[in-house]
Amino acid sequence: MLNSLLIALSITLMYSAPLTLAAIGGVISERSGVVNIGIEGMMSLGALTGAVVGYFSHSAWLGLMCAGLAGGALALLHAIASISFRADQTVSGIAINLIGPGFAMFLSRYFFEGASVTYPVPEKLPKFINFSYLKGTPFANFNIDVSVVLAFMVVVVTWFVLYKTKWGLRIRALGEHPAAVDTLGVSVYRSRYACVIISGILAGIGGGTVTLAVISQFNPMAISGQGFIALAAVIFGKWKPWGAYAACLLFGFSQALVVMLGDGTVRIPSTILSMIPYVLTIFILIIFVGRSSAPRASGVPYEKGAR
Amino acid sequence: MHDISREYAVQMHGITKYFGPHKVLDNIDLDIKKGKIHAVLGENGAGKSTLMSILYGMYSADYGKIYLSGQEAHIGNPSDAISQGIGMVHQHFMLVDKFTVLQNIVLGNETTNFFGVLNMRKAKKKVLDIIEKYGMKVDLKEKIKNLSVGMQQKVEILKALYRGSEVLILDEPTAVLTPMEVDELFETMNSLKQDGKTIIIITHKLKEIKKSAETCTIIRKGRLIDAVNVDDETEQSLAEKMVGRQIKLFVDKQDRVPGKTIFEIKNLSVRCERGIETVKNLSMKIRSGEIYGLAGIEGNGQTELLQCILGRRHADAGKIIMNGKEIQNTDIKNVLDSKISFIHADRHKYGCVLDMTVADNAIMEKYREKPFSVNGFLNHEERDKFTKQIIETYDIRPTNCSHQKIRNLSGGNQQKLVIGREIANNPDLLIAVQPTRGLDVGAIEYVHSTLVNLRDQGKAVLLISLELDEILNLSDKIAVIYGGEIVGEFRQNESDEQKIGLLMAGGKEND
Amino acid sequence: MTKNIIKFLKTNFMCTFIAVFLGFMVACAILLITGYSPSLSMAVMFNAVFSRAKFIVNVIIKSTPIILTGLSVTLAFKSGLFNMGAEGQFIVSTIVAAILGIKCNFHPFIQIPMILCAGVLAGAFMGGIVGWLKAKYGIHEVITSIMFNWIALYMCNFVANSETFHKPESDGTFPINRSGQTLLFYDWKFSQEGRDYLQAHPILNDIILKTDFNLNFLIAVAMAILVWVIIYKTKKGYEFRASGLNPDAAQNAGIDVTKNIFYTMLISGALSGLAGVLSLTGSSTPVLHVLSVFENYGFNGLSVALIAGASPVGCIFAGLMFSALIYAGQTLQSKIGTPSDIVNIMIGTIVFFVALVRIIPIWVNRYLQKEERKNAQ
Repeated sequence: MLNSLLIALSITLMYSAPLTLAAIGGVISERSGVVNIGIEGMMSLGALTGAVVGYFSHSAWLGLMCAGLAGGALALLHAIASISFRADQTVSGIAINLIGPGFAMFLSRYFFEGASVTYPVPEKLPKFINFSYLKGTPFANFNIDVSVVLAFMVVVVTWFVLYKTKWGLRIRALGEHPAAVDTLGVSVYRSRYACVIISGILAGIGGGTVTLAVISQFNPMAISGQGFIALAAVIFGKWKPWGAYAACLLFGFSQALVVMLGDGTVRIPSTILSMIPYVLTIFILIIFVGRSSAPRASGVPYEKGAR
Repeated sequence: MHDISREYAVQMHGITKYFGPHKVLDNIDLDIKKGKIHAVLGENGAGKSTLMSILYGMYSADYGKIYLSGQEAHIGNPSDAISQGIGMVHQHFMLVDKFTVLQNIVLGNETTNFFGVLNMRKAKKKVLDIIEKYGMKVDLKEKIKNLSVGMQQKVEILKALYRGSEVLILDEPTAVLTPMEVDELFETMNSLKQDGKTIIIITHKLKEIKKSAETCTIIRKGRLIDAVNVDDETEQSLAEKMVGRQIKLFVDKQDRVPGKTIFEIKNLSVRCERGIETVKNLSMKIRSGEIYGLAGIEGNGQTELLQCILGRRHADAGKIIMNGKEIQNTDIKNVLDSKISFIHADRHKYGCVLDMTVADNAIMEKYREKPFSVNGFLNHEERDKFTKQIIETYDIRPTNCSHQKIRNLSGGNQQKLVIGREIANNPDLLIAVQPTRGLDVGAIEYVHSTLVNLRDQGKAVLLISLELDEILNLSDKIAVIYGGEIVGEFRQNESDEQKIGLLMAGGKEND
Repeated sequence: MTKNIIKFLKTNFMCTFIAVFLGFMVACAILLITGYSPSLSMAVMFNAVFSRAKFIVNVIIKSTPIILTGLSVTLAFKSGLFNMGAEGQFIVSTIVAAILGIKCNFHPFIQIPMILCAGVLAGAFMGGIVGWLKAKYGIHEVITSIMFNWIALYMCNFVANSETFHKPESDGTFPINRSGQTLLFYDWKFSQEGRDYLQAHPILNDIILKTDFNLNFLIAVAMAILVWVIIYKTKKGYEFRASGLNPDAAQNAGIDVTKNIFYTMLISGALSGLAGVLSLTGSSTPVLHVLSVFENYGFNGLSVALIAGASPVGCIFAGLMFSALIYAGQTLQSKIGTPSDIVNIMIGTIVFFVALVRIIPIWVNRYLQKEERKNAQ
């Protein structure tokens, strides 16, 4: 019993870490008034970059940093389109979702002789807690990735910045009433650029943790829908860091259920089990969210002087 | 134009500004002495707000110079303006609803400890000092969305003072205030003036200029008309300078004996989104051949009342009766079919679809009927014929606009189309909410005379407006709504502005 | 003169053209940087599409489903909805069509309409749920659509892996019965008579024998026209447009916006469903495959609709271009080793630029106004 619980906990935390990083990115971007539906694409490119840099440099940490940069670079595109060009943010996000994975696969084939799967990284991200030396006890299966800790820290820092600092005050105001911020002499464009790029960096790191901590290589299925689940977590979490974190933990847990129940003890086909997170999301949205309170100006391009 | 001098807080010389091909400001001069209350007078769209936005750095002038205290100033953005002691209270308040008063005041100019960590206590002390100095009563912990409009305006003024403004621009500050709140605002303005601040008030209301300002600059269609001492002018002379021709300050209206009651609300109760009862046990009777004016400050249940009549909000109790039929808690189609038509407050949001053509907008309520559609297919010829008729009857310009997007029309022409469309429904009751908002004087006169015409034809009109003057001018019967209840009802000749103002603010009739 | 050229720049067609052109340019630049020859790649891609009649016909045949999903997205778009769920609606339709196609075996006159209807209904049902959730609970359609896409994918794998339908030693189900297929000349072209005839006519041979020759494309074109008629000529279409552009005003005019959200998603889902069922019945290997990733018929439809600027007729052309790019991309990799994913990057970039070029008309207007002002002075 204890054994299963510990395994479930490990898996929950492991799966929720990339989601959390991406979701917090989503929170920051949406709070500043820019819908970032391109998280999935940014995660993909981050995942590939992490795997490639990790493989060639033998350093998982360097890989993770570059993953963040790659995500940030894609986010810059999204920012240019949605802030400077006042393009439709959903369309731009969809474009990012096409470019990100396309570019990731292209680079994979470029670096690894036409293969859509990269070679495994020599060194994964270290474990924060690892009890594998307690062989024979239930604790042997319990471990916590460093990415889990990283995700938790990002939640704490984001919460602090959003609610306790002047930048947070401004970001929250941006998503509600950008003109108010503008008339007070704070640049809406610059602030939104910063938020969108940070969101991309976090999504990229989130993708990187998938290839550097969860699995150890990039493949076409490494990032399959996590970005969208993270997006759902943002909504489910009511655009708040802790809320989004809780939502990600829940999604991580439902993933753990899939793994745990899929070991053959219960006679449910794995395909049906795999649906659980998605069905759960829809039900959660029905029950808890409804017409919830998105930042009022989210998704609306800001134009100086327009009323 | 005056010489550049330190005596003047603000001097704007030769200001010219284009929006696209349109010259919205043409070589405007503005000189304002320190410590004065100066009014900038002009119709909607005359360019007065644009001029002030240039002073506040939101737009940059194509030509012209700005001097502050005799020094040439470069104001490229609002933060330049703020740092040079200029503050602005916008007509549409720049306040974040979900934030507290204090958060709104410090936003963008926060006091912090280290690494940008907020120190709200220090900020609070500074704000409290200002509040005390000018005797303004505001609760810093309250959220903006829970404040009255008058209170929100005080927060806006505090925002400017907190940033050390010496020159304060107020854009249409009295538009949505009760007469009492207006008086309070003038008091605040005076105490600021005593302290040596310069105040610029943008307005098109003559009465208020006479009451508050010392000097006044008049702008018409982007041109400077005159700069005058207010004491030397009458309301009529100011009005003529503003509009450029003789205008009627009052609507021509013959007395008329109203007919029988055709619309009645009985003991209606409605709740708002948050579940609070915002319309309480409200009753009213409107007779044919009568304009029934409903006066009240924003947020006293008008929105919920209207939504309930429209069928978009559930009536918890009570009845709405039109032509003897109960229509509460049915749907909009049924309401429209019972011969009620609506002119909505915000035509861009509720009245028309900006990105559809004028013709498509004209048939918004008729498209589903013959001959505009037959067997599920639209008949575009009928649509165009109908649109042409409205365009001709209501003199909508340009006359060939029926296949243009309605977005390209001026506000007055958009409103004419909406009114034409609604009157084409041949309603027994027209509910007009803020029907002249944002229109110029010519269009306002037109709308007013249309409403009076309708009344003279024996139709009923329910006029809901935040502008008390409009209500007093047009209505045969005036009711005051406060806190979701009708707190007083007057015939036109019995009404007096002071009493109504008091009721609007929640005072008792016999106070 | 220059003024006319500049005015021409702001037409929808030119904006789209510029976006496509820039997409190609970016792809070329990436190829150049990564050491592949852009000119060779482009030449190979061009040949891959136009050098043989077979290729052209294949491109047309392959464009059918994405034109239809493109139309599905376009229709939803006009009502202000983003149908990201075309993918799932497509999949669900293939599932239902495969089950019926395998289990039933009536005369084609019954079998084909039955399967088509079932597929369309399945798609409509899936779209309808999304619309209902939006109308009733206000949950954003993009989020629910995405969830339903995954649910559909696993449903597909459930059926494809189930004992009843799974064909041993394969990655999918048994093929559907011959009676349900919508291929043309299928039996004839493999008969002695057909072979002889085609041998004598090499071009026909290329077109008919070497491809999954069918007329589904014509159905897609007909649907494009139908969607156009619905949107611009009917009462419902008027309601869709008004609700999409300004739901508040539409509601005040007595239009039931919530109901229209549901109807739109229903029709939109039906179109994606039609795409799904036709792509199954029109294939010479009509089986339900186990999916490890999405086949992107729905997502490509999204791109098609965006590139077409939400114009139903534009979807036909965008769909053809899209199909050509994908088809050429496959050849690219096999012929000269350039990763086929360059095509996905190209498509993504085109969509990205489509979002950006909406600013061109604004720039052009600004420029023209400035000129006007100069002339006036």
